Amino acid sequence: MSNHFNRRQFIKIAGMGSAAAGLAASGMNPWGWPANALAGSLGSDVQVIPTFCELCFWKCGINAKVRDGKIIKLEGHPKHPLSNGRLCPRGNGGTGLTYDPDRLKKPLMRVQKRGEDVFREVSWEDALDFTAEKMLDIKAKHTADCLALFNHGYGATFIKTLLMAYGTHSIAAPSYAQCRGPREVGFELTFGEEVLSPERTDIKNSRMLVLIGSHLGENMHNTQVQEFADAMANGAKLVVVDPRHSVAAGKADWYLPIKPGTDIALLLAWMNVLISEELYDKEYVEQHTYGFEQLKQHVKSYTPEKVWKITGIRPALIRATAREMGHQKPAVLIHPGRHVTWYGDDTQRSRAIAILNALVGSWGRKGGFFYPGELDVPMPELPKFPPMTKKRADLQLKDYPLAFSTLASGLCDATFPAPQAECQLKGWFVYGTNLFFSLPKPEQTREALQHLEFVAVSDVLPMEIVGWADVVLPDATYLERYDDLHVGHYRDPFIALRQPVIEPLYDTRPPWWVSKELAKRLDVADYFPWDNIEDYLQQRLTPMGIKLSDLKKDGVKVFPRQALYFEDGVQPEFYTDSGKIELYSAKLASYGHDPIPVFTDHGDPPEGYFRLLFGRAPVHTFGRTTNNRVLNRVIDTNHVWINRRIAEQWGIKNGQMIRLQNQDGAITNEIAAKVTERIRHDCVYMTHGFGHKAKGLTNKKGASDSDLITRYNTDPIMGGTGMNVNFVTFVV
Amino acid sequence: MARYGMVIDTKRCVGCHSCVISCFLENEVPEGYTRDWIVEVVSGKSPDFRMELRSERCNHCDDPPCVFVCPCGASYKEEGTGIVLVHKDKCSGCKACLAACPYNARFINPKGYADKCTFCDHRVKAGLKPGCASTCPTKAINFGDFDEPGSELHRLMEGRVVKTLKPDAGTKPQIYFLL
Repeated sequence: MSNHFNRRQFIKIAGMGSAAAGLAASGMNPWGWPANALAGSLGSDVQVIPTFCELCFWKCGINAKVRDGKIIKLEGHPKHPLSNGRLCPRGNGGTGLTYDPDRLKKPLMRVQKRGEDVFREVSWEDALDFTAEKMLDIKAKHTADCLALFNHGYGATFIKTLLMAYGTHSIAAPSYAQCRGPREVGFELTFGEEVLSPERTDIKNSRMLVLIGSHLGENMHNTQVQEFADAMANGAKLVVVDPRHSVAAGKADWYLPIKPGTDIALLLAWMNVLISEELYDKEYVEQHTYGFEQLKQHVKSYTPEKVWKITGIRPALIRATAREMGHQKPAVLIHPGRHVTWYGDDTQRSRAIAILNALVGSWGRKGGFFYPGELDVPMPELPKFPPMTKKRADLQLKDYPLAFSTLASGLCDATFPAPQAECQLKGWFVYGTNLFFSLPKPEQTREALQHLEFVAVSDVLPMEIVGWADVVLPDATYLERYDDLHVGHYRDPFIALRQPVIEPLYDTRPPWWVSKELAKRLDVADYFPWDNIEDYLQQRLTPMGIKLSDLKKDGVKVFPRQALYFEDGVQPEFYTDSGKIELYSAKLASYGHDPIPVFTDHGDPPEGYFRLLFGRAPVHTFGRTTNNRVLNRVIDTNHVWINRRIAEQWGIKNGQMIRLQNQDGAITNEIAAKVTERIRHDCVYMTHGFGHKAKGLTNKKGASDSDLITRYNTDPIMGGTGMNVNFVTFVV
Repeated sequence: MARYGMVIDTKRCVGCHSCVISCFLENEVPEGYTRDWIVEVVSGKSPDFRMELRSERCNHCDDPPCVFVCPCGASYKEEGTGIVLVHKDKCSGCKACLAACPYNARFINPKGYADKCTFCDHRVKAGLKPGCASTCPTKAINFGDFDEPGSELHRLMEGRVVKTLKPDAGTKPQIYFLL
């Protein structure tokens, strides 16, 4: 019986048993502290300090429980609107980051060739002097814009201020062009507003939820998953479109195992049914949208019968799901997804999702998309930042007028010599993003790094990118530092405080301190007009009538809820050219793009190859957490999902260690095969973030999909890098 | 007097392991062991799969074989709470209870005694919920007192298909799964 569960089997499946054995035998807990099992996390000797999480970028409120100067547990902050007293597994395991023995503990300077990962320990004074000297040198020789900042995470706030004060505009996070950028552009073009993070999706009130490749539940953004569970418990209908039978698909009323790369065809067919059967929200469409007649003409040819041949989804299923949308409207949420850089026509797919939402009238409606609460917390007055004098570095080689944020991939490209470039990047400052895992084409990143005059990296762990630094600035973890206030715009607006819950364990410094110290050396100290971070935070809180000492106790201050939907008072205003929801985009047409999304065939894998798809495990955030010893007790490696029939053809057994090789000959570390019916025959799937090679990281298990992403399709609208265009074969 | 137990909604559970990781920290579970775990059962053929996700642990049975077989009197069902516990000092680590438990819920702690889920009795006695139930992002894990009139647990089970694990073993588990 498959439900006769054996824990030994679990231990094997979850990969828990291995390196842990030695520790277990010695009777020590992971950190070697005395056990206090009777009291657990309770007791008068436990101090509870509120702050917010940084294990991912959702920023849930937490209560840290500290005993004898050690963090014993992290719990969800009961009043924080993003955690509601509960935490995802990563948030629960946050101590595994702070107490990771592999952490960067001292500032470092390179002593051998760049990339050889050999350093000597230096003082902060020396590290900062060297960094400032190099930055001033680049500014004098090439202008400030030739220094790029790659960043991710809330710690980067002050670093960004520093770099803007220094004068560069070459500032990018891979979360745009490598992640959710196309979605924001697609929704901006349609509704005049972005989806934002956290997403303004009213999941808990949805009557019908449609997930397209989005794997909520494996993708553990806390509040979204809380609401997903509420929606399921309330009997909301669920459609899951995914080549892989995900956890979410396991809860679906309709599971549509679509052929990868054909989602736009399905979306157009749904529109076809909604319009031809007159099931769309007529009043809403008439009142609020522009271009309905063009859309009607456009989707006529995308009949369910035609789209069946493209997607593999039977016409009856396309019609049944479309009719259910018509029946449940307007509380129908076609979820915009988050990591959406798949095939290069991702802005158009996001447009198609936006248009479908418009047809069921869900934008600005209960159970669809709400209007986030507004809260203005003024920034202290600073001198003006130096103006931009050159073309944006990321757009030098190819212009994307609709790329509203800087493209991290574009900055990498601008590091190579090019005759037409006004500014070849000469320096990289990298904060909190391991570019070998976050940018496509790791080989290109490696080459780019060799063209640079200066590379500074600030991180908590010795990630691959750290090995390429000239100077390493070891970061304090989120549990050891203050950051800027988090002004949250969810249903309820709020202000949350990040504060240290323990003294720093090592000779690390928080980003606010590093920025302020570098500012002195770069002659821009007037952008940091405060003595210490607490003064700065109080300066920001004073106009809001909040005392820092109170916020230190409470962690979060929630402000009154405002209108969320059109029906409770939000004015339906759309910041598009037409002032309406644009089903037809004249702006796209004027730039030479399709004004209404068109299906493009992304081809089939060559014989013997399979399309590489990747996603997330619930206990990990990309490659950032895969060295975390607490989280790794549950999942410490990845598997490659292979369709059972294909595995049989290849003679691959479940659990067998194989390697993956892509169309360009790139080959991975060994990875265990997961042989399953739960994935289509034409693709394979793995979770992202494993297969580290950096010498300072303990966990190198699993394989990295990044190694296989040697190609991408560039989104012609906003420059996003569609990465699901690589094909792999098995090396058995 | 109370009869503590859980109602776990498999429809809400996404198998994220928050319960497992919070338990590690709340109870200082030694590395290599766990007091709770996720079971994923998938049946059927594409596209008509059926998936069940369960967060499992000691069932705190009303007829607990682990207690009956214990030669030292270390395993016991606590009066007034119904929680199955182990007196660490009395336990000889003989493993009779491990063999008797139909749910593989127990392990021998490297310190030499039988270890397992305690429903975080230290928290329950302080008026809190167990760590797993407190943190579960999907509210799949619900803890309470079955004997309390109007208990939320009974309301949750209304109109739902309910099962316990291995009812044939005759152990009368106090954890109910909603399908």
